[in-house]
Amino acid sequence: MKTFFEKVWQDHVITSLGDADLLQVDRLVLHELSGSQAVRALAEANRKPMAKEQVFTVIEHLISTRPGRGPTESASKSGPIMIETTRRASIDWGFHFIDYNDPRQGIAHVVAPELGIAFPGATLVCCDSHTSTVGGVGALAWGIGASEAEHVLATQTLAQSRPKTMRVTFDGKLQPGVYAKDMILALIGQVGAQGGIGYAVEYAGEAVRALPIEGRLTLCNMAIEFQAKYGFVPPDEVTLEYLRGREFSPKGAAWDAAAAYWLSLATDPGASFDLEVRVDCNTLAPQVTWGTSPQQVTSIEGTVPRPAEAADEKALGYMRLEAGTPLAGLKVDVAYIGSCTNARLSDLRAAADVLRGRKVAPGVTAICVPGSTPVKAAAEAEGLDRVFIDAGFEWHESACGFCGHIGDNRFADLRVVSTTNRNFEGRQGPKTRTHLASPATVAASAVAGCIADARVLTLSPALPQGGGRNAFARRGSA
Amino acid sequence: MEAFTRVTGIAAPLVRINIDTDQIIPTLFLGGTDAKGYGAHLFHGWRFLPDGRPNPEFVLNQPPFDRAQVLLADRNFGCGSSRERAPKALREFGFRAIVAPSYGGIFFNNCYRNGMVPVELPIEAVREIAAEVDANPAAQVTVDLEALKVISPSGKVYPFTAPTTLRGMLLAGVDEIELTLGKQSEIEGFREKDRARRPWAYLPSESDP
Ligand code: SF4
Repeated sequence: MKTFFEKVWQDHVITSLGDADLLQVDRLVLHELSGSQAVRALAEANRKPMAKEQVFTVIEHLISTRPGRGPTESASKSGPIMIETTRRASIDWGFHFIDYNDPRQGIAHVVAPELGIAFPGATLVCCDSHTSTVGGVGALAWGIGASEAEHVLATQTLAQSRPKTMRVTFDGKLQPGVYAKDMILALIGQVGAQGGIGYAVEYAGEAVRALPIEGRLTLCNMAIEFQAKYGFVPPDEVTLEYLRGREFSPKGAAWDAAAAYWLSLATDPGASFDLEVRVDCNTLAPQVTWGTSPQQVTSIEGTVPRPAEAADEKALGYMRLEAGTPLAGLKVDVAYIGSCTNARLSDLRAAADVLRGRKVAPGVTAICVPGSTPVKAAAEAEGLDRVFIDAGFEWHESACGFCGHIGDNRFADLRVVSTTNRNFEGRQGPKTRTHLASPATVAASAVAGCIADARVLTLSPALPQGGGRNAFARRGSA
Repeated sequence: MEAFTRVTGIAAPLVRINIDTDQIIPTLFLGGTDAKGYGAHLFHGWRFLPDGRPNPEFVLNQPPFDRAQVLLADRNFGCGSSRERAPKALREFGFRAIVAPSYGGIFFNNCYRNGMVPVELPIEAVREIAAEVDANPAAQVTVDLEALKVISPSGKVYPFTAPTTLRGMLLAGVDEIELTLGKQSEIEGFREKDRARRPWAYLPSESDP
């Protein structure tokens, strides 16, 4: 009896190195932020890529999101050179290359499942800690450093020590208005920001099986936020349905063989894990972070807790919050919908459901950066862009955008409610105070001008439409 | 790769939890495709005041800690972004070893590839060493990867463990890629068998006819 993880790991062991195994890497994904370092180091060492057809490059980290952007336009001073170095090397070496203006372009972790670059049982690595996102389609994926990427380029292998296994079972059913983002934030609150160190994490349980692939990608995206390098949902029929017909998915008889193989990777009943964690979803409410670590999180109905340790106190100082303050009602300056965590079509739909017929509160900057160009196109085909723009949102081209601070100071010293995955000090700008939440919560907060519970808007038809502020007046101070 | 055996030097206490790689080197300073040029921006947000002058309150601006070669930290050091410029920035500043209860996994691996050893010791041990350093900042701490020991200024010995493969690599300063390329026939053999079993994992090359 084996777990999914054990099967996939075993499938890729070329040889044992003692306390580590040399693993075959099925897919290497590069982007211009760290990929540029890896390709340059490889060239300087006079080496060549070993399997160029297994390498994919996407321009996404530093490229501008401005509509009409140019080929090297970037908020980062060194963006142009990094973009150009990566572009040149990728073309010269014959990698699969997805440039800034390719209709398939987008954030690597969004693009990889969309194109079938990631697939069940694949080992996939990328110079980015959120690479585990694509565990949502059953890949074993993890973030690596630039030296490791250079090693993969040269050998298509990587030496890794085998982690322990953890299973997180999400029991029960999500209530309306509660999303995968709330599940993962609640889990991190429960196990702590270090709870996953040394573990590969399988997400299981009724609530996970009920999630569409996009929600599973969100769950897996934030594995690293509790220090699990690997997070995944073993493949099932939902996974197959999602991957069928994608550009790099196998076709015809090859598909049938692959599909059968992939389903056989599921964890055997009775297989055991080093650690089991359970989260109850029946009573789960939308979650919002209040601090500078994702573990500093509470329900949207909650208040800023009393500091339990020195780090909490430091976080409260940075966030300019006092214990006892209700999260709902906290005034925000910026509402941001974007990133590899929560900017796929279902996320944009959830936000649009809140925004339809409503306006962003005066004084709030609201920005939407779709997770990929295909997501943007699909949203536009449904008219979602009109919903966002009519509400007062900016509608951008796809890239990492404002998720991390690369030079644009638009969010400096402001309070941001954001669908991203990191609320670290300075992550979105100097002195920027980030509250992580789901797209629905961010949209509701944009309308209310303060952190707000989307369920009050969308699930209470009696409340006035388009009067966001009024709708929230009863929730306390704005 | 730069080898490491042991270091004896000043140890700077920065005993906080969850110091993430965005703090170690903010995204703003990840510029360029170079392997170097990051030490100047190490802990930028903490080390410098808004006007660019050094922040006198920050430990690494206070002699003798501006010459520190060992960093004492709390759990989950180097969590967050995978940026390899984080260990590069620490190494360029002069650090050869970090002593903390636990690390972000990607950062941990990256340290070994940048001539620096991330030592895992329980927080009580880190605090004991930090207390000795507080009492006498110029006192020297030794981190010995060969002997797997940390020695405090007073001579107290703290044994630690390190992953065998990574330790061997760092001690010898081997080029990991060279090492793996030596296994080329095993890799080829694996790929051949694997291709028969999982053909979908192998794609035709875009530039091939
Ligand atoms: S969207 Fe943000 S978290 Fe995701 S890869 Fe880009 S910068 Fe990293």
